[in-house]
Amino acid sequence: MTSTYAHAPGFVAGDRPKIVTSRFEFADSYTIERYLATNGYAGLRAALSQPAASVHDEVKNATVLGRGGAGFPAGTKWGLTPQEVWPRYLVVNGDESEPGTYKDRLLMERDPHQLIEGCLIACYAAGLSRCFLYIRGEMALAQERVATALNEAYAAGFIGKNILGTKFSVDIVLHWGAGAYVVGEETALIESLEGNRGMPRLKPPFFPAANGLYGQPTIVNNVETLANLPWLLCNGSEAFTAIGTKTSPGTRMVAVSGHVKRPGVFEIINGVTTFRDLLYGEEFCGGIRNDNKLKAFVPGGGSAPWFTPDQLDLPFEASQVGPAGSMLGSGAIMVMDETTDIPAAALTLTRFYAHESCGKCTPCREGGTWLERILTRVVEGTGTDADLDQLIEVGSSICPGDFPHASNADLGLAAVPFPYKMTTICFVGPSAYAPIHSALTLFRSEFEARVTTRKRIPVTAGHAL
Amino acid sequence: MSRLTDANVAIAYEIIGRYPRPKSALIPILHLAQEQDGYVAQDSMKHIAELVGVTPAEVFGTASFYEMFKFEPVGKYLLNICGTLSCALMGSEELMHHAEKRLGIKAGSTTPDGLITLEHAECQAACTEAPCLQVNYRYRFKMTPAELDTLIDDLAGGKLADEIPSHGVLAMVRQHIPAERGVGAVAPEEVNESPEWLNGKSAL
Repeated sequence: MTSTYAHAPGFVAGDRPKIVTSRFEFADSYTIERYLATNGYAGLRAALSQPAASVHDEVKNATVLGRGGAGFPAGTKWGLTPQEVWPRYLVVNGDESEPGTYKDRLLMERDPHQLIEGCLIACYAAGLSRCFLYIRGEMALAQERVATALNEAYAAGFIGKNILGTKFSVDIVLHWGAGAYVVGEETALIESLEGNRGMPRLKPPFFPAANGLYGQPTIVNNVETLANLPWLLCNGSEAFTAIGTKTSPGTRMVAVSGHVKRPGVFEIINGVTTFRDLLYGEEFCGGIRNDNKLKAFVPGGGSAPWFTPDQLDLPFEASQVGPAGSMLGSGAIMVMDETTDIPAAALTLTRFYAHESCGKCTPCREGGTWLERILTRVVEGTGTDADLDQLIEVGSSICPGDFPHASNADLGLAAVPFPYKMTTICFVGPSAYAPIHSALTLFRSEFEARVTTRKRIPVTAGHAL
Repeated sequence: MSRLTDANVAIAYEIIGRYPRPKSALIPILHLAQEQDGYVAQDSMKHIAELVGVTPAEVFGTASFYEMFKFEPVGKYLLNICGTLSCALMGSEELMHHAEKRLGIKAGSTTPDGLITLEHAECQAACTEAPCLQVNYRYRFKMTPAELDTLIDDLAGGKLADEIPSHGVLAMVRQHIPAERGVGAVAPEEVNESPEWLNGKSAL
């Protein structure tokens, strides 16, 4: 049976194992009293009862995949810092703004102590001596709840000097942004944290683990990734890997929005739950609204190439979704039914990325804007058939070569696997093109129906006409 | 138009003290200035430059990158209607048209009485509750045109004053690190040793 909690709008509990959302059922889930009454800070105690290196091993053995979008294992990431370079920092990426995505916001609003405990465990294991918790600017409630939780945790001796009377000392500093999608990219996040314009840095040399905040080794982890650690330390890596699959263990938070009967945020079993389960399963969204036909869905946040009903049986597993032509990204599925105006839908996403370009790389700054302008006139009915080729041409200057897309039986298309090549530093530029490429590849006739076809008239034939 | 008040300067110094480099405090202190005046005034940017130890141009350089900072007065309430895919699929365009008609202004402008500034916003991370909007960054979910009318009436009637502070105020709780508990921020060049707890032994 599904159940929703009035105090956690959007969240649907269901009857599945819960690692990060176990306290959402309580109306006071964000208080330290509730946290301590439900095994709170027991993971920290478990961590401090062993040497830092063995905590690191435990996280490595659990293969906690990064939940921000790239899916890189956290334990491996922590091991990439250069030897004997100090100090090292932890930067928590709570700048959640990928279209379709929300889970970090709920985790910060509903269970801030779990995140704090996760930060402490990461700092202890990887020898990180200061933690900066960067929350998206527009999330006032999350900032309030995390600030309150930090104040409570300092007062209770869980953060600061000599935590629980040990030699482990770390500060957690609340930092908040001011509205810029690109800051969710880890090097841009670091620039922003240094007080600069949030523009991504070139990698190499600016791999954060080697050369991050203030030029020091810096671990950047997503909120959901860190929120897994308290449970992991309490229950061990074997219990963690017993859930999900070998390559995608544990659970994952997924938001399904758009044209479904019951949109919601779910904690699902990683690696096994399929898109069909999520869209049609009774414990999840229960089908498409009004029992309409499914037209397309975005499987992993606004940046991801689109899927059609042909891909419904794929599981939530990166090693299968990648070859199928898209990505799982940040766990956000946006569903479009048969009534959807596809060119207009693609425009909302392209407009987003064009708007959010930081302006550092020319193909994104100029190309994104071009894509938006051309697509706008197509949607408004003043475009020509040449515009459709122009969209592909501009897109190819951001992403040269074959762009990933899904297979389609009706169109006789074979899949082009993820990822793409790109001429920009970060993914904002390619993301402006992804919805256009998917929409044009899978639904070209809808674009053609909207544009004026201009026949080329040979000069000599003018008289005859 | 104004510099930071003495009380806000004290808060600014507390914020600066948390970072190994003062410039990191720039965005939080810009928010403080916006909280004080409702927007980021030129004089406050000059003042922030003095506090943080950078030039006023650097302060404006950073501030102007971020959408939440306003450099001219805006309405008491900033009404942001999301228009990205999930909200668009659920009718945000109609909601925006309704808001424009009801308020008699276009997105991007302020009502003549200075109460509401209407903006088209991008994804606000509440996609399952579409269409959604924020008033001074406080959510309203699954909005209908009728509910939007009620919201505007309530804002005008002062009914939501407790729940929604005027523009510029974000979190109503500040972090405070007690002096006796805090480790303190040290410039990175002053640290050369591995943390004490990395000694191969368990801490507890």
